[in-house]
Amino acid sequence: MTMLEGRTGPWEVVIGLEIHAQVISNAKLFSGASTEFGAAPNSQVSFVDSAMPGMLPVLNERCVAQAVRTGLAIGAKINLHSVFARKNYFYPDLPQGYQISQYEEPIVGEGEVVIDLDGGASKTVGIERLHLEQDAGKSLHDQSPNQSFIDLNRSGVALMEIVSKPDMRSADEASAYVTKMRSILRYIGSCDGNMQEGSLRCDANVSVRKPGGELGTRCEIKNVNSLRFLRQAIEYEAMRQIEIIEDGGTIDQQTLLFDPGKGETRSMRSKEEAHDYRYFPDPDLLPLELTPDFIEAQRETLPELPDEKKARFMADYRLSPYDAAVLVAERETADFFEDVARGRDAKLAANWVISELFGRLNKAGKDVTDSPVSADSLGGLIDLVADSTISGSIAKKVFDDMFETGREAAAIVEEQGLKQVTDTGEIEGIIDKVLADNPDKVAEYRGGKDKLFGFFVGQTMRASHGKANPQMVNELLRRKLDG
Amino acid sequence: MSGLSALTLAEARDGLKTGDFTSVELTQAHLKAVEAARPLNAYSCETPEKALEMAAESDTRIAAGKAGAMEGLPVAIKDLFCTQGVLSTAGSHILDGFRPHYESTVTRNLWDAGAVMLGKANMDEFAMGSSNMTSHYGAVENPWKRKDDRKAKLVPGGSSGGSATAVAARAALAATGTDTGGSIRQPASFTGIVGMKPTYGRCSRWGIIAFASSLDQAGPMTRSVRDAAIMLGAMAGFDPRDSTSVDAPVPDYEAVIGGSVKGLKVGIPKEYRMEGAPPEIDALWQQGADWLRDAGAEIVEVSLPHTEHALAVYYIVAPAEASSNLARYDGVRYGLRIPGSSLQEMYENTRAAGFGQEVKRRVLIGTYVLSAGYYDAYYLKAQKVRSRIAGDFRDAWDKVDVLLAPTAPNAAFGQGEKMDDPIAMYLNDVFTVPASLAGLPAISVPAGLSAEGLPLGLQVIGRPFDEETVLRAAHVLEGAAGFDAMPDFIAGG
Amino acid sequence: MSLDKETVAKIAHLARIHVPQQDLEPLAGELSKILDWVEQLNRVDTEGVAPMTSVVAMPARWRADAVTDGGYPDDVLANAPEAEHGFYTVPKVME
Ligand SMILES: [Mg+2]
Ligand SMILES: [Zn+2]
Repeated sequence: MTMLEGRTGPWEVVIGLEIHAQVISNAKLFSGASTEFGAAPNSQVSFVDSAMPGMLPVLNERCVAQAVRTGLAIGAKINLHSVFARKNYFYPDLPQGYQISQYEEPIVGEGEVVIDLDGGASKTVGIERLHLEQDAGKSLHDQSPNQSFIDLNRSGVALMEIVSKPDMRSADEASAYVTKMRSILRYIGSCDGNMQEGSLRCDANVSVRKPGGELGTRCEIKNVNSLRFLRQAIEYEAMRQIEIIEDGGTIDQQTLLFDPGKGETRSMRSKEEAHDYRYFPDPDLLPLELTPDFIEAQRETLPELPDEKKARFMADYRLSPYDAAVLVAERETADFFEDVARGRDAKLAANWVISELFGRLNKAGKDVTDSPVSADSLGGLIDLVADSTISGSIAKKVFDDMFETGREAAAIVEEQGLKQVTDTGEIEGIIDKVLADNPDKVAEYRGGKDKLFGFFVGQTMRASHGKANPQMVNELLRRKLDG
Repeated sequence: MSGLSALTLAEARDGLKTGDFTSVELTQAHLKAVEAARPLNAYSCETPEKALEMAAESDTRIAAGKAGAMEGLPVAIKDLFCTQGVLSTAGSHILDGFRPHYESTVTRNLWDAGAVMLGKANMDEFAMGSSNMTSHYGAVENPWKRKDDRKAKLVPGGSSGGSATAVAARAALAATGTDTGGSIRQPASFTGIVGMKPTYGRCSRWGIIAFASSLDQAGPMTRSVRDAAIMLGAMAGFDPRDSTSVDAPVPDYEAVIGGSVKGLKVGIPKEYRMEGAPPEIDALWQQGADWLRDAGAEIVEVSLPHTEHALAVYYIVAPAEASSNLARYDGVRYGLRIPGSSLQEMYENTRAAGFGQEVKRRVLIGTYVLSAGYYDAYYLKAQKVRSRIAGDFRDAWDKVDVLLAPTAPNAAFGQGEKMDDPIAMYLNDVFTVPASLAGLPAISVPAGLSAEGLPLGLQVIGRPFDEETVLRAAHVLEGAAGFDAMPDFIAGG
Repeated sequence: MSLDKETVAKIAHLARIHVPQQDLEPLAGELSKILDWVEQLNRVDTEGVAPMTSVVAMPARWRADAVTDGGYPDDVLANAPEAEHGFYTVPKVME
């Protein structure tokens, strides 16, 4: 367990997360306006979204299906009966004066998610609930000195609010949880997980306690939009709370914003006053009733999920938990790996994908979907290594070339004459030359300086431009030097 | 052409069909009546040009043999309905200048059936009231007078008071109303006309400015039961844009007019016998039961034990929903904005200036009963009692086909009366609210005159979506009552 | 009296309706009368009774996930008391 060290000893951090995930759908939760990102202000707004008098909400089937699919993907209980409720508060980007959400009876109940931690360890985090709700519009405060501008394009877009139990104990665990949840959402296509565009946002509830002690007062950090900020915010907030308590103070329950510039959390002034949301069932909407058939139909649309895939990769390909976890994080990556591994040594394939391909992609700021080296091409390269056409070290050079030019391995090997030399006579010729050029070293070796063997290997390989089969070089050298 | 505005909707329809007059003539006669009726303040907005344009189009369609069910018939539209390009204010200052870019489904249905719009009918602000005294556009006057006091101005009831007055004063062939706790039936009773609230879900609420979403329902206000049947048929229908709209076929309501009530079981809910109610209300109720019995119906006493609590339930549930429904009037997207030094001040100034006293009262009550710590005690409790009230009705339908009750506990009262005692005002709806809470169809039929010479209505309540039986019984009552008294003020002359 | 002045001030703020100081007391009296009157519901036994959540006995209806609306920013803004550059505008909000 990760502890934070204070003046008075170790402290345990207790973290619960609320994720707001934008549902992938064409139209909004309760209106037929488009959900597309980045349109001109107020152009994707219906009279329903702008809360014109007399306008009424009608539920989007796909959004319901997405919530159910997500619930199933986290092994959660799907509630056959759920209720939409109004959460009442005034804000200019909330045109109705209330948000339609779910309160006492959400569509999805308890579930759980296994998160992947460092060194292949894992941990189960409980899910409290998942409910559907409307997003608000957007207020722009920096366009004019004395006005805020309101754009309602986001108003009414469907969100899933996923509430975890307070099961996380460190910023790392919190980050691993969001990563895993994002992975699941992207696998099933219920949310694109784009944190920059705000399709995935999270609120962190943070409290601290002495190990095994009672839960402390929690503070909620709102709307964190990157994993890095999430870690920073949690770490800062936990230390802030520890210092207050150790100085004899108490924690006030409050809502905070993380300021990435300063690396600090600060109180949200506008939300300071106590809220009284006056939730009640929305009389414009009837209770949502699902049939077991509907739920089964949704279950059938689910792909293999990250955990299932990870288990399969470990069993079928004998991959380590770490490698498997890395490969299944994104569905596209896992598919890419499987394409590479098909009919080949899976461990070798995993190594190539994880260390070589991911390394290069990261550096180039690309991901597997726009990789210059296709799965087939990478497989072709691995085949050349496997059948000893080229050596492992040559293969790395060939790979660099493939990444730059997008060409096939075989073509590069052919054109640059990189084929491994396996002809005994040819290698013997090179060795003879190396030995002839270094008579003093030969004498030293034969006089007992065994360490020099490596020198001869190196020289031979260099003379062959790396193409000599290393095993054969070893054998022949030994025969010539020792024999 | 004089006399045209005195016709019933059915007579006018038949006259257009036979070519006795054109829709333009009929509409011109009504526009004159609308002008003549101005002292009553029934209309908050007149649309004569639109009316004549629509009438001309109707005449073309009639000539082409393409007449709809309401073809060429001029009607008034309660100002709670959003009408495209036409001021739609709900009788509130806060909707100053609001011209929607959309048309409510019910009015769209009416225009599709060929109806002609004379204008928007005045109403209690946001449909909150039983007197039509709370409109930002001023009080509406009932065309009826007490026989021994011609001076006193009487209220037409509310909230559809402008609609009721327009129809009673012959300044519209018919009008749309909306009923949340009695807002069609009570003013119908006060002005001697027919007013029907159909089953909740029968008429689309889309485009009707919301007061209390679980109760609001549109319906026709007419001068005969047949007219109500014709107009309801044109207004009703499934609307995919309203999640509470019911996908059921709309029967030919007019076809049931003239049907017999022989063997019909008519329930008399004993709890509607209110202590302190004027004896003439009870007497008329008894008379109504006798009329139906004479026509072959079987009169059965039934019990609706939770009736006495209906009004209290209503004055929790309706304000709660209203407090939320009216949150959108914040000065940002439409209507009134009163500036302030901050956003919060702008909100508070706008809503303080934009809402009248009664609306504020209800918004505050509604806010309170939903607030933390009070929700269970008030709102949840009220919704539980509401379940009991609905259950009472369900039990009654095991024994009877319709229920007969008075519409209101009194006849029209004077403008300014009951204004300082909200609860006394709320009691106006004591007989209409139970059916609203249960979402049942109910109609008020003018059945007699009070000792003061003012109209009194009787109410027929039916099973969900059984408007047909309600109309059939109401038509028999109408025939037996033979109500032919005329209001003091007749606009058509 | 079930409502005091302070509570009225609180709910008036929740409802964003400005109520002048001198009106709080009379309003508290008025609202209390209504609340005292609805207290009668406490006499009704509702043990085991489910609250009414919908008047019509049918489940929520769904619509297909298709873009059928929007795309008329001018209509959306047409009735706005204040709008600029395609946005609604309000007095500046401090975060
Ligand atoms: Mg939340
Ligand atoms: Zn939320």
